Amino acid sequence: MSAVLEVSGIKKNFGGIRAVDGVSFDVREGEILGLIGPNGCGKSTLFNCILGQLTPSGGEVKLDGKVVTGLRPSELNKLGVSRTFQLLQVFPKLSVRENLILAGQEHQGNMASRLVGRSDAGLTDAANQMIGFFKLDHLADEPAGGLSYGQQKLLDAAMAFMGGPRLVLLDEPAGGVNPSMLADLKERLVAINRQKNATFVVIEHNMEFVMSLCSRVMVMAEGKVLAMGRPDEVRKNPAVIEAYLGH
Amino acid sequence: MSGFGKSLKIALGLIVIAGLIVIPMNFNRYGLFILSQWAVMTIAAMGLNLTLGYAGQVSLAQGAFVGIGAYAAAIMTTHGWPLPAAIVVAIVLSFAVGWVLGYPALRVQHHYLAFVTLAFSTLAFLVFRNESWLTGGIYGISNIPRPNFFGIATNKPLPFYYVCLGSLAIVSVAVWWLIRSPWGRAFMALRENPLRAQSLGIDTRRYTLMAFAIGSALGGVAGALYAPLTQYIDPVPFNLSLSLDLLMMVIVGGAGFYFGPFLGAMIAVLLPEWLRFTEGYYLMLYAIAVMGLLIWSPTGILGILDRYLAERRTKAASAQRAVAKSRLETAQ
Repeated sequence: MSAVLEVSGIKKNFGGIRAVDGVSFDVREGEILGLIGPNGCGKSTLFNCILGQLTPSGGEVKLDGKVVTGLRPSELNKLGVSRTFQLLQVFPKLSVRENLILAGQEHQGNMASRLVGRSDAGLTDAANQMIGFFKLDHLADEPAGGLSYGQQKLLDAAMAFMGGPRLVLLDEPAGGVNPSMLADLKERLVAINRQKNATFVVIEHNMEFVMSLCSRVMVMAEGKVLAMGRPDEVRKNPAVIEAYLGH
Repeated sequence: MSGFGKSLKIALGLIVIAGLIVIPMNFNRYGLFILSQWAVMTIAAMGLNLTLGYAGQVSLAQGAFVGIGAYAAAIMTTHGWPLPAAIVVAIVLSFAVGWVLGYPALRVQHHYLAFVTLAFSTLAFLVFRNESWLTGGIYGISNIPRPNFFGIATNKPLPFYYVCLGSLAIVSVAVWWLIRSPWGRAFMALRENPLRAQSLGIDTRRYTLMAFAIGSALGGVAGALYAPLTQYIDPVPFNLSLSLDLLMMVIVGGAGFYFGPFLGAMIAVLLPEWLRFTEGYYLMLYAIAVMGLLIWSPTGILGILDRYLAERRTKAASAQRAVAKSRLETAQ
């Protein structure tokens, strides 16, 4: 299997703090890679460096073998890299359907066609399908800000898939989602992974969720990679146990 | 029900348009001037509503763009150019300057952006006042001609009012098209959540600059109509207080609502006339009314209507749920 994403030696300093300290890893085509580690170990900072939301202090990110370090988030998204956020990031005053159309519209046509063309950029059907897929049908015309926390998390995930991405970075998709909705979410993620051959990297604290969803798991601690391997290997790794349980 | 609601809205719209065409035929010169001023200020406020209300970019410079448009039109038409050509130049010029003014918005937001645009407003005023070789300085430019369209002179107040109204109609349709297009959705994304917007492929830089440029261009259009309306311009009407007035129109009417600027401009232009009997107390009453309104409804007058409609929808929905529930229970 070829690598979709190659991260080599990524560093990020905030003043004197090394939030990410030389992290290297590959993400293989079609896999679901879990990313775990204690709070503050640099997982989200690593995501932000990969996605161009932060400029790394050093290192390189390659997408399909091409260097993409320093590209803006919107440019990376056009290349097929999408994400979800740890905290709620929807467009609260727009309806659920409008949120989803917005999430896909920049992948249709160009600036001129988006001005003179159809108001929905031809995405109403695709948005409705996504709404059905995430079981948000009864909420389609509600403003996104009026949804429950868990529902907004689902919407956030649905938005990440509207542009038909190849690689999706999910930052704590399970956080604050109730168990029954969580089972739904996992089912949806697996289905998209299989059907659309989308590759995922998932940051998560819910161990059960990570271990059952991911084919490989990477563990970070204090800005460095501590372990990488199959879920059962990682679970037994003494260094990992130490990092989680302390001295 | 919704079909009926839609026909009702269309009927109401047609009545208002017919009223705007027919009723002013009996107005005197001053009444027509006030109404023309309303149309012109609505165009400028619609531009600011686009920048501020939809795209969420604070600007205290809309008055300066009205000035740029007004001077462009005044200079060109007094040198023999036709007004439509002057309007095109006003649009291009204010679009370009608005685009450049958008760059600070890529770095600073909110109050800081307000200060940057405020500084620009002052700068524009100084150019209007001091560059007398071009603008006539404090003496201004007088004898600005009104245009002829298809051989019809619009020197009289009524024909020129129709020029203003027709321009307002064209701008209204264009803005309506823009905000319901994907561009309009992207502008709202800038206001609601620029971080999320970026990660969805929305080029926030380009859309921010566009929001400034298009909003400013509408200020330019308003200015290009203002010059032949008053037939004399000097720098004073385009100082900071015009920008603040326009901001007030947008906020009082309802920022981010399509009809907000129409209502806001109506209040700002007509209220002084209606409150004339109070003599010196007009501004105090206006100030108190605005304070009261913004405490009661920070989203402006249309915000009140919006809240009322939303509440009614929620009540209707819960009533429907209650009915469905009771049916379900009786069925069991």
